[in-house]
Amino acid sequence: MQSEIMFAGFGGQGILLIGKVLAHAAMEEGYEVAWVPSYGPEMRGGTAYCTVVISDRPIGSPIIKNPLHLVAMNGPSLQKFAPTVKKGGIIFINSSLIAFGSNRDDVDELQVPVVDIAKDLGSVKAANIVALSAFVSRSGIVPMETLKTCIKEEFSKKPKLIPLNMAAVAAGEKAARK
Amino acid sequence: MAKVLMKGNEAIGEAAIRAGCLNYFAYPITPQSEVAEYLVRRMPEVGGVFLQGESEVAVGYMIFGAAGAGERVFTTSSSPGISLMSEAISYIAAAQCPAVFVNIMRGGPGLGGILPSQADYLQATKGIGHGDCRLLVMAPASVQEAVEMVMKAFPLAEKYRNPVMILGDGLIGQMMEPVEFPDDLKTEPTNKDAWATNGMDHRKGITRNLVKSLFLDPVQLNDNNLALKAKYDRMRAEEVMSESYHIDCDYQGLIVSYGTMSRVCRTAIDMLAAEGIDVGMVRPQTVFPFPEKAVAEAAMKPSCTHVLSIEMSMGQMIEDVERSVKGRVPVSWYGKCGGDIPTPEEVIDVVKQRIA
Amino acid sequence: MGKTFKKPESLSDTHTHYCPGCTHGVIHRLVAETIDELGIRGRTVGIAPVGCAVLAYNYFNFDFQEAAHGRAPAMATGIKRVRPDLMVFTYQGDGDLASIGMGEIIHAANRGEKFTTIFVNNAIYGMTGGQMAPTTMPNQRTSTSPFGRKVDEVGMPIKMAELLAALQTPAYISRQTVIKPKYINKAKKAIKQAFTYQLENKCFSLVEVVSTCPTNWGMTPVQAVEWTEKTLLTYYQPGDYKVPA
Repeated sequence: MQSEIMFAGFGGQGILLIGKVLAHAAMEEGYEVAWVPSYGPEMRGGTAYCTVVISDRPIGSPIIKNPLHLVAMNGPSLQKFAPTVKKGGIIFINSSLIAFGSNRDDVDELQVPVVDIAKDLGSVKAANIVALSAFVSRSGIVPMETLKTCIKEEFSKKPKLIPLNMAAVAAGEKAARK
Repeated sequence: MAKVLMKGNEAIGEAAIRAGCLNYFAYPITPQSEVAEYLVRRMPEVGGVFLQGESEVAVGYMIFGAAGAGERVFTTSSSPGISLMSEAISYIAAAQCPAVFVNIMRGGPGLGGILPSQADYLQATKGIGHGDCRLLVMAPASVQEAVEMVMKAFPLAEKYRNPVMILGDGLIGQMMEPVEFPDDLKTEPTNKDAWATNGMDHRKGITRNLVKSLFLDPVQLNDNNLALKAKYDRMRAEEVMSESYHIDCDYQGLIVSYGTMSRVCRTAIDMLAAEGIDVGMVRPQTVFPFPEKAVAEAAMKPSCTHVLSIEMSMGQMIEDVERSVKGRVPVSWYGKCGGDIPTPEEVIDVVKQRIA
Repeated sequence: MGKTFKKPESLSDTHTHYCPGCTHGVIHRLVAETIDELGIRGRTVGIAPVGCAVLAYNYFNFDFQEAAHGRAPAMATGIKRVRPDLMVFTYQGDGDLASIGMGEIIHAANRGEKFTTIFVNNAIYGMTGGQMAPTTMPNQRTSTSPFGRKVDEVGMPIKMAELLAALQTPAYISRQTVIKPKYINKAKKAIKQAFTYQLENKCFSLVEVVSTCPTNWGMTPVQAVEWTEKTLLTYYQPGDYKVPA
């Protein structure tokens, strides 16, 4: 069994980081993982995306043209990548910044206004963690407890940020349940 | 030791330290600058040396100087940077000094592009510098394998007193995968008193050592190059590494592929097998020496009607595949470069056209 | 009765291949005497250039590496960084240092690498047979400037000591010559000073030694000395150009 998750958005939205946290959590759960960034001209200021591959056997091609899931943090990435998502996958939409849907009826579409939620929590910077939490909660791809542990580890050098990000996890989980 | 999630470039830097190499000189170039960015913080923690040189040309000779003085030393670069270092690599091979070069390949020729490519195959395996010199070249297909190859590279460089290269495509450097650093791959540097310019007092010797590559006497130069050739022949006998996949069946065709490309092929082979089409694969782990025997044996299986060299380059490795197969089975090339890595589906299409 | 004059231990017994009237032999001796006097032979590594001094390692008697053309400062950097306890010097000509190796010498000096450079400037390429160098004088005839160096086409000769002294990093930069006994003592003093700064781990040090090349200049050794004194030394003036604080 293999899952591929594409995280996409603007540079600066913390896209690569939430991909890394998910890969880390899946590794802790004993899966094979690969985190593949886009790099090059597009990483300078424009869109940023990365793909996380999670598998119960050694990962072959780490280059994924059709991911199982998509976490879209801005409009251009939803437009670009929504058509590539496999049937039956999850398309997560940051509805604070995206005013339209995926236009797919064969996927599980999840719209969460993560920027607004993060603002309410005290910092828009936590929007990426709200999104990650909502996606993980909906997909069940890794246990929430493992996710929390890995987020804490990610912020271990900035412990002041941990309470905010734990609140973001809780808010994301709640939003996904609705 | 527990696995850690690391980017290939950072893991390569850490692997060198774990292997016992505490000297690093480099010049920034995408897609491998993370090695320097990692080691500039890490080297001081372990009492090591980090220096950003003024050019790849200079870095090549910083490596030569340090290696000649008998210390473990390495650098990392990418295609155009390796071209600039190739002069030094030739001198280092001629002077018989051990050193490790990592090439995280980008697309070429010229400035090319910065996305993953395997376009430096011929340069690394056959034409790294002027004169009769060769490198031992290992090509990893995962971050873990990159770590292990880097760790093995130092003792191999010392065994042969010759530069060793790790030839990885850009994805190997940019990707994050779980890695561990095997303790048993940590090695002690060999004693270099017999030849290194480490100071006469240091080795308590009364004769001085010379590190040089000039042999004006034709007989001496010929003798030196025969000694080099003997080392390269020994590499061919002792250091070949390859891995086979899906060959315990009557496969109709054989793929030869390395690095990231071989992983795409592995996925394609699995998908083809599900359709009832069997294709085997030989993945060279050393590209010099090339696994000629493994490729030839796999190609000669009676059921095998075609051999495909699949590369992220425009038909470079195929020269070694053809040399191995020796015309006994048809060989053809498929590949792309520039960073648009072929998908498993594209590989499957090619296999179906040419083999099935 | 003891010997009052003997060959330094840092020199070998090999006869040099240098031409009659060439000053390399004198400069080799000054370097060798310095190394003997400082008692550092057992931890010295010399770096030979590409040029007439490519075989310098045959005449010195301690560890030596041979560089590619112009790259000696990079090799010295590599050695000195990984083995700061070694005493490292490069021995380079003007084609090697001021032309193909300009980048390496500037950056090594600017980083303040703690090695010593002996820069032998005779205003011409010697080993390859007398071609024009970056230090060739205006109107000087060479095999690639047969009608004389035309400064409107190739610029003025480069004054390396002044150029390196302009860097902001502390260094010892001196220009000397060895064409007559009266200059040799000063040159020896400068070379010893340069090695001493290295021994003290103080700074980069370079001594430019204005030298002769009677063979490629097409002069007798005596004419060469006269031309050096009259022409080269007025343009390449001896003296200390930079001294560390």
